[in-house]
Amino acid sequence: MAISLKLNGQTHSVEAEPGTPLLWVIRDELKLTGTKFGCGVASCGACTVHMDGEPVRSCQTFIEDVEDAEITTIEGLKSTPAQAVQQAWTELDVVQCGYCQSGQIMSAVGLLSENAKPTLEEIDDYMDGNACRCATYQRIRAAIVRASEIMEA
Amino acid sequence: MSVLTSRRGFLKGAAASTAAVLVIGVAPSGAMAAGSAAETTMLNPFVKIAADGTVTAIVKHFEKGQGPATGLTTLIAEELGVSMDAIEYEFAPSNPKLYNNTAFGPIQGTGGSTAMFNSFQQYRKAGAAAREVLLQAASHAWDVPVAQLTLEDGVISGAGNKAPIGEFVAAASTLTAPEEPRLKDPSEFKLIGNANVRRKDTPPKINGTAMYAMDMQLDNQMVVVIKRPTRRGGTVASFDDSTAKDVKGFIRAATLPNKAGVAVYAENTWAALQAREALDVTFDNTAAERRSSEDVYKELMAAVNTAPEYNLTKNDQAEIAGAIDKADKVVEETFYFPLLAHAPMEPLTCTIEATEDGGVILHDGAQMPTSPHAALAQIFQLPMEKVQIKTMFAGGSFGRRATPTVDYQVEAALAFVMTDRTRPVKLVWSREDDITGGYYRPAFAHKVRVGLDADGNIVGWDHRVAGQSISKGTPFEAFSVHDGVDHLSVEGVTPTPYSIPGMFAGLTDIKPATTVLWWRSVGHTHTAYVMESMMDAAAVAAGRDPVEFRLAHLAGDTADQKRLTGVLKLAAEKAGWGNAENGRAQGVAVHKSFGSYVAEVVEISGDTENGVKIEKVTCAVDCGIPVNPDVIKAQMEGGIGYGLGHAMRDEITLEDGEVIQQNFPDYEPLRIGDIGEIETHIVLSTEAPTGVGEPGTPPSAPALANAIAAKGPRVTELPMNKAGVTFA
Ligand code: FES
Ligand code: FES
Repeated sequence: MAISLKLNGQTHSVEAEPGTPLLWVIRDELKLTGTKFGCGVASCGACTVHMDGEPVRSCQTFIEDVEDAEITTIEGLKSTPAQAVQQAWTELDVVQCGYCQSGQIMSAVGLLSENAKPTLEEIDDYMDGNACRCATYQRIRAAIVRASEIMEA
Repeated sequence: MSVLTSRRGFLKGAAASTAAVLVIGVAPSGAMAAGSAAETTMLNPFVKIAADGTVTAIVKHFEKGQGPATGLTTLIAEELGVSMDAIEYEFAPSNPKLYNNTAFGPIQGTGGSTAMFNSFQQYRKAGAAAREVLLQAASHAWDVPVAQLTLEDGVISGAGNKAPIGEFVAAASTLTAPEEPRLKDPSEFKLIGNANVRRKDTPPKINGTAMYAMDMQLDNQMVVVIKRPTRRGGTVASFDDSTAKDVKGFIRAATLPNKAGVAVYAENTWAALQAREALDVTFDNTAAERRSSEDVYKELMAAVNTAPEYNLTKNDQAEIAGAIDKADKVVEETFYFPLLAHAPMEPLTCTIEATEDGGVILHDGAQMPTSPHAALAQIFQLPMEKVQIKTMFAGGSFGRRATPTVDYQVEAALAFVMTDRTRPVKLVWSREDDITGGYYRPAFAHKVRVGLDADGNIVGWDHRVAGQSISKGTPFEAFSVHDGVDHLSVEGVTPTPYSIPGMFAGLTDIKPATTVLWWRSVGHTHTAYVMESMMDAAAVAAGRDPVEFRLAHLAGDTADQKRLTGVLKLAAEKAGWGNAENGRAQGVAVHKSFGSYVAEVVEISGDTENGVKIEKVTCAVDCGIPVNPDVIKAQMEGGIGYGLGHAMRDEITLEDGEVIQQNFPDYEPLRIGDIGEIETHIVLSTEAPTGVGEPGTPPSAPALANAIAAKGPRVTELPMNKAGVTFA
């Protein structure tokens, strides 16, 4: 079926069967590869995108359910929390292999957009679904705290 | 890319020179990929400079997060005299004559935490040689003696002259590079050892532009997924794709020539996965493995309870066992370590395309370029120079991307061979493929008896190890198997840096139950756990402090003992050893691996029944000259997390020959809330740099086990949650 998809501020018309995960439309049809495939079962967060500003796992979000939504991927981030997060990620050199980091950043931006000053516990709770096999967790935690400071300044 | 492929002059030079290859005199030039018209000049195989002064380091190690893109670039920038902002990097093509790992011999590849160790002098010399020819060129141009010139921040100046290096690149490329350029004295280092140097690969990894092999989107490419036998040794008997044909985007299915699976070709990844789901494959399991983990467990336990196959210490076990029998106190434990999957975050993938001249290009997060290079040349019946390897970012590896069978690249090649080669083939593994179709850290068992005298000193140590050899029967055998003993099975036990009078160690190989492979820190994953648990248990039995007990047994004057003593004291001091807050407990472990020395103190709260919480890990590392201190810290953090996460709750189990676990829900990764804080301290050293990718892992799990044992049971079988430990 033909679907009109609002992504990063643009409307795309894509051909996809119902039941197709948004992840594969983004990666294979729109060729935006910043959103990653890690597990396919909503268990790692590598595929996290924003749907109307809220983080969702695109591997378990189906194309027929996003028709009226605004989707944002890592390539389309530009909000104030997003800038703060990317700056903090740079200052602290959070990344290692980097493969999980688009998803980590999308979740971190989601957190700071709804809670500009999260406690460490709130960070751990919110980020629990984003796995990092390189175990960059303590820098992720510190960078979210730092991003929160940047936003406050 | 003409710059990288038309350098026969370098090849010739490489043959003439063994260590650092510094051949100047060939100056191929070409337009830069970014569309800039700047001329770029290779000053040597590792340094390329554009007329606008942009320096590019050619990085021979792949980047899986462990930091060589930053580290090797730092070495060039330091010796050349440019800032980190003025230097870019790109990954080297496959060419073992130029880019071999000098620790591996004639093979280009990454592993064993050798990237910095084998590159330190080579890349510094490359940077220094480039500096010297640039200074010579400036000296000629200005008619000023070289001795009066300096090169700093990309600018050459002296005797009233001043100009950026770009101006001299063309002239420099015609000069002969010095064989032994002057290297900076460590006191002159500005970048090496500088904690403010930032990672070079951060920018593309935070905005989605970093290209991993999984991100290949070539025009007209097909995606291939493979339906593999569920048991090792199984083969494809037949398949029925009538339902798969209903999947939109399905192209075809075909049995691989080696019958190791059915390749499903489709227009995109989702169609390929769907079509595979719909495919009905019958496997021939007559030769397949049918054992379960329980069978392997029994076999391992039997092996450590009988006379070992190999006597590693070449001494009389009966005599040592006798001495232990007569000791004042005896501590005895039996340990079990399960199979573990690597599960790098990026599932395995690579893409093959044909070139116009009849060759092929492999796009891959290539850990050992030489292996797929040779394998593809053989499969496609092509001369080596018609096969190109383009190394992309790798989303982790932990050892998985370097297999003796070159497994996933060969699969892609076989899938490509079965086509007319007009469309690129991208092979994709799913997470289920990764967890179930793997190469695993082998299961191991150890049984150890330690005797103590009345003063609490060790008088005998009887240590038996059993497990499946990683290297035997593979092309890697020559590297690690000597006199029948695979040292990857026992590294960390023999030789031990501890002064232990009367130590016996023996090994028994068990017959292969599954495909096994090095897994971040290889044999040390289990040997450190056993050595450090036993040292702890012995200290407790002796009524001595675990740190003091270790120091006493490291009191000799070998370099290993001194450096282990250094990190152990440092970690203990920084952790406030012995002064844990109320209700908390500490555990310590110290271990040498890959030439580096690491001590860790784990501090926990809670207890095994109500939930143990890892509050803090304090780490001290001595890896020689710390080139990029912040990368070293990151590797310690990552190595500790990797070790602890798996010890807490992960294992791969076989049932009737099949792997039970499928995906992250039942092979649960470490999560953000699992570890409170990690603090790393680096020993200032002037020794040559050694590895950091792996050495953080070995002490982590035993330090946790020792903390748990401080107020509860000693965990001797992993994972810990299966042994009754709950985590908060
Ligand atoms: S790929 Fe979607 S959560 Fe893992
Ligand atoms: S940085 Fe490698 S998985 Fe997170």
